[in-house]
Amino acid sequence: MRFGGINKAMVFCCALMLAAAASGVIETYEFSTPQLQERYQLLSAELRCPKCQNQNIADSNAPIAQDLRRLLYEQLEEGASNDEILDYMVSRYGEFVRYRPAFDRSTAVLWLAPVLLFLAAIVVLFLSLRRRQGESAASQANLSDEEQQRLQQMLSQSEQDT
Amino acid sequence: MAPRLKLFLPLALFAILALLLFRGLELDPREMPSALIDKPLPEFSLPQLGRENLITRADVVGEVALFNVWATWCVSCRVEHPYLQLLADSGVPIYGVNYKDDDAAALKWLQDLGDPYRANIVDAQGGLGLDLGVYGAPETYFVDASGVIRYRHVGIIDEQMWQTRLAPIYRELVQEAGQ
Repeated sequence: MRFGGINKAMVFCCALMLAAAASGVIETYEFSTPQLQERYQLLSAELRCPKCQNQNIADSNAPIAQDLRRLLYEQLEEGASNDEILDYMVSRYGEFVRYRPAFDRSTAVLWLAPVLLFLAAIVVLFLSLRRRQGESAASQANLSDEEQQRLQQMLSQSEQDT
Repeated sequence: MAPRLKLFLPLALFAILALLLFRGLELDPREMPSALIDKPLPEFSLPQLGRENLITRADVVGEVALFNVWATWCVSCRVEHPYLQLLADSGVPIYGVNYKDDDAAALKWLQDLGDPYRANIVDAQGGLGLDLGVYGAPETYFVDASGVIRYRHVGIIDEQMWQTRLAPIYRELVQEAGQ
């Protein structure tokens, strides 16, 4: 009786795993040319699923992503250019659907931030390096002969102490 | 003094970060501006639910109206349904876009729960939804008297949402149209 329960549970678990594998299958499209297939893969990786915001439509299983993939397939087969397809999507879902949105006022920060941060980092690095150099030069220059002597004395003393 | 103040720099940075993150808690990433704001309602010619005839853009444009995208498979739509009924009873024109749904199930839903819609556009393939930029249900579009989409609300409409955010928008559109 007890073993029967465990077996049932195992069968159920296995069935669950199979179900997960089955639902993971994404529909396939037959393209008339390999070039179209290549562009399909490129574009479906570049278009973002509006529903599940951190996936592209190639990865997403959301119904809207399925619709967009079908639309993409149809448009490719009809001979639309990449720009035409992207414009079509953007006119409906906004720049949001592109992982590489066009440069405009609202996306300027997104595009420029990395460059600006990099430049800022270089400036900070440059300034701090220069200051450090100046400090070490200054500390040497500021000691008079007498002070220099005392320093040597102190150093040799501390060496003896240890 | 200055080097001492510098010690507070990490704290200040942390405070700024915490403030930004705290603000982020309240933001809803799904609330995106629709690309169709201030664009005309797309053209369509689709079957009308429960009728033999087709319904087109010309049939529904002419007064301020709400276009509610719904489906029987959409659980949240059931939640907002009673409130839509209240709105319809108080005189707000609401058109339904029955999105990727089964006609029979949709008719049964309206029979069982009540029908707040002036008319229902059957969008079985989701083509109109695509033109509208719909990515889920429920979504509600506010269309002005000249047929231009003025606002898009994603998610359910309830008493609080209507009173605080949507009613002012609706009233403004009505005033504009002089209805």
